[in-house]
Amino acid sequence: MSMAAGAHLEVKGLTKRFGGLVAVKEMALSVRAGEILGLIGPNGSGKSTVMKLIMGIERPDAGSVRINGVEVAGWPSHKIARMGAGIVFQHSRPLHRQTVFENIKLALLPDKLTRLFADPEIDERVRAIAARVGLSAVLDRRPATLPFADLRKIEIAKAIARDPQVLLIDEPFAGLTSKDTAAFSELICELRDDGRAVLLVDHNVKSVARLVDRVLAMYVGECIAEGTADEVMRNETVRRVYLGGSIETAARPESSFRDSIAPFLAVENVSVHYGKAQALENVSIHVHAGEFVSVVGLNGAGKTTLFNTVSGFLPYSGDIRREGASLRGLTAATIARNGIVQCPEGRELFTDMTVRENLDLGGHHLSPAECANQIGWLFDLFPILHDRQKQAAGTLSGGEQQMLTIARALMMKPKLLILDEPTLGLAPVILEQLSKALERLRQTSAISVLLGEQNVTFALPHADRVYVLEHARIVWEGEPARFAAEAGTGYL
Amino acid sequence: MRSFSTARVLLFALGVIVLASFLPLGVSGYILGLLTIAYYFGVFAMSWDLLFGFAGEVNFGPTFLIGTGAYAAGILDNLYQLPIWICLVAGALAAVIGGVVLALPALRVRGPYFGLTTLVAVLMLQNFIVVAAGLTGGEIGLVVPDVISVSDTTNYEIALWFMAISGAILFSLSRSPVGLILQASGQDAVQAGALGFNVTKHKLAAFIISAFFSGLAGALMVFYLGTASVGTLVDITVGVQIIIAAVLGGRRTILGAVLGAIFLIAMSEALRPLGDLSNFVVFAIALIVVLLFPNGLLGLLTGTKENI
Ligand SMILES: Nc1ncnc2c1ncn2[C@@H]1O[C@H](COP(=O)(O)OP(=O)(O)OP(=O)(O)O)[C@@H](O)[C@H]1O
Ligand SMILES: [Mg+2]
Repeated sequence: MSMAAGAHLEVKGLTKRFGGLVAVKEMALSVRAGEILGLIGPNGSGKSTVMKLIMGIERPDAGSVRINGVEVAGWPSHKIARMGAGIVFQHSRPLHRQTVFENIKLALLPDKLTRLFADPEIDERVRAIAARVGLSAVLDRRPATLPFADLRKIEIAKAIARDPQVLLIDEPFAGLTSKDTAAFSELICELRDDGRAVLLVDHNVKSVARLVDRVLAMYVGECIAEGTADEVMRNETVRRVYLGGSIETAARPESSFRDSIAPFLAVENVSVHYGKAQALENVSIHVHAGEFVSVVGLNGAGKTTLFNTVSGFLPYSGDIRREGASLRGLTAATIARNGIVQCPEGRELFTDMTVRENLDLGGHHLSPAECANQIGWLFDLFPILHDRQKQAAGTLSGGEQQMLTIARALMMKPKLLILDEPTLGLAPVILEQLSKALERLRQTSAISVLLGEQNVTFALPHADRVYVLEHARIVWEGEPARFAAEAGTGYL
Repeated sequence: MRSFSTARVLLFALGVIVLASFLPLGVSGYILGLLTIAYYFGVFAMSWDLLFGFAGEVNFGPTFLIGTGAYAAGILDNLYQLPIWICLVAGALAAVIGGVVLALPALRVRGPYFGLTTLVAVLMLQNFIVVAAGLTGGEIGLVVPDVISVSDTTNYEIALWFMAISGAILFSLSRSPVGLILQASGQDAVQAGALGFNVTKHKLAAFIISAFFSGLAGALMVFYLGTASVGTLVDITVGVQIIIAAVLGGRRTILGAVLGAIFLIAMSEALRPLGDLSNFVVFAIALIVVLLFPNGLLGLLTGTKENI
């Protein structure tokens, strides 16, 4: 045997079909102890499915999965877990009725019916693991009250609690700040240096390249390139199907927008409280008709709160005006019907309905002809949604769900589109497509866009004007070109 | 609830039980009789809460398990005049077998579909009892030759302490590591599997435990009443009452189920003068309580406690 001797994870000929769709085709990969293998590929290329097949969550149609030489393909997942494999799911799935402490503790329990009393040292270990991933301060809280990054930390904590020798990590960096991403990267490095085999999926190409020992690129279920990060990123096919070109900027000066009466949207001195905590403090922003405005802010800065307030979901003090007329007193449904449409961060799709049904629902107030027209345009924009029309939304890949959320919002033909973290979990090439779509929107329609992002490489190019939101307050406003020099630290 | 440690809750409950055990000194035999029934109902409701609240299994037919245990015990006594304790053990075992049978569809189908199979199970049992009238007494009911005791006080104390022990076991279980694994299996089976837990094993265990206590309580009730009948032990309305008791008391609390059961039986009794209307009023009140206080009676009590 050659290099592969002592490999912790070895996959050969792995194949999975969902009906007529071949999601994974004859995949082969191996990860040695003390190695990180990056798995990249466009949305829907089968990365998460590969992980689920290895973990036994989906049954492979063919192929072999060996952990330390033992063939585990087709085993139930609890047995594969006991062979030393662990997974961090793409979407956080904490137990909502339990505290963070209990969520982590669960992962430390043995699979025994007779264990009626937990070893006292388990509580110690929960605390140690929480400290390692940075959750010590929130151990007694319930997941629903935690920011996004903490939910990801719970997932990592659970996975490392079981001390897996083979660790599958699906998009750990999605939605995290650069600071959190750096902390997570360090943690993953430590896990590798402990001698674990790590398979890592993420669309944050820079962070992946920095972290991994080797990269494997997938496209429609198959391997298209393998090698060092440099080699793979230079590969012609990978560039074309995954990385795409660079995103271009074209800000227009604020003076070029002429509102007939007043700005399309004006938020004036708005404050919002959650109980005692202040989520927004005297926030004032405005968006002209046809203007693209980005609100840049880290997780927890208050972006989602701001958007939810504009959409009419939260009580507030201050005033919000649309073309001069106050929105106070209008229901969320009325605000949306009149053209201020929010595309939520949480991908609130109807998971049991098909892609097509979700879109039709978004366009239910349009005439059939208009509706068909709009759907045609959206399928043009997101071709993969065209191919997945009849699939239940809940079974789409993470990125496909994100595209569907945006498409459904656009079905409502909004006058002001509010996009909350639209780039979460999207492959670079899709970002480029989305970027072009926004550009086209900008040139061909009178739509205004309010974009909330912490990914400034996406937020800046699409903005005519930028606000920075920090700790519930607007701390900076200006043109994107001035952003880097005046407000960029911490975001770039 | 969470804020109190398991040991403190059990100690407090023990205090209440000890106080309750002195009740025969002060109240009439009639009231003792009502409470005896309420305590057995409490065990039914606690067993149901373990299965639904913790393992996440929507069981609309708790009476399938209860009826199986009750009739198995009653028939054995009727046919062979075996000692009562053997009949009780046999009843509990029969219910456990019933629980395993019920678990088979639960491990394949989910949510409402499983709920439907549990309803069908009750109807099948009911049908069997009517058809096999020679064995079961049919629609008239089964009369058992033996009773545990003719003393109201003895029957009351047996029911009380049986409920106390069942409650202590079920409650401790729900708060133990096994209870946490069970909740995880109920909330997200895929995740639980990926964390190395054999979800099938844990759910099966929950079915067996729930069935054991349901069946044993059903059998004890037969030897208290001296009869077993579809109307008191198997009918779907009885099942609905048990579910209401558990939800009313506070889901996922185990102990709340007892409060719910006592409340329900006390209400029915208080409203008896209303005649046929009483059931309607009881259910309406239960519905209102459930809607206004989703955490149930126990949530209400502990909530006020925490404020003080
Ligand atoms: N249960 C299912 N039924 C039908 N199709 C499925 C199912 N699960 C996944 N798919 C499809 O298989 C393909 C691969 O999905 P997968 O989740 O592996 O993609 P991915 O590479 O992880 O994408 P992303 O980067 O967007 O997360 C997708 O097109 C998806 O729609
Ligand atoms: Mg994925």
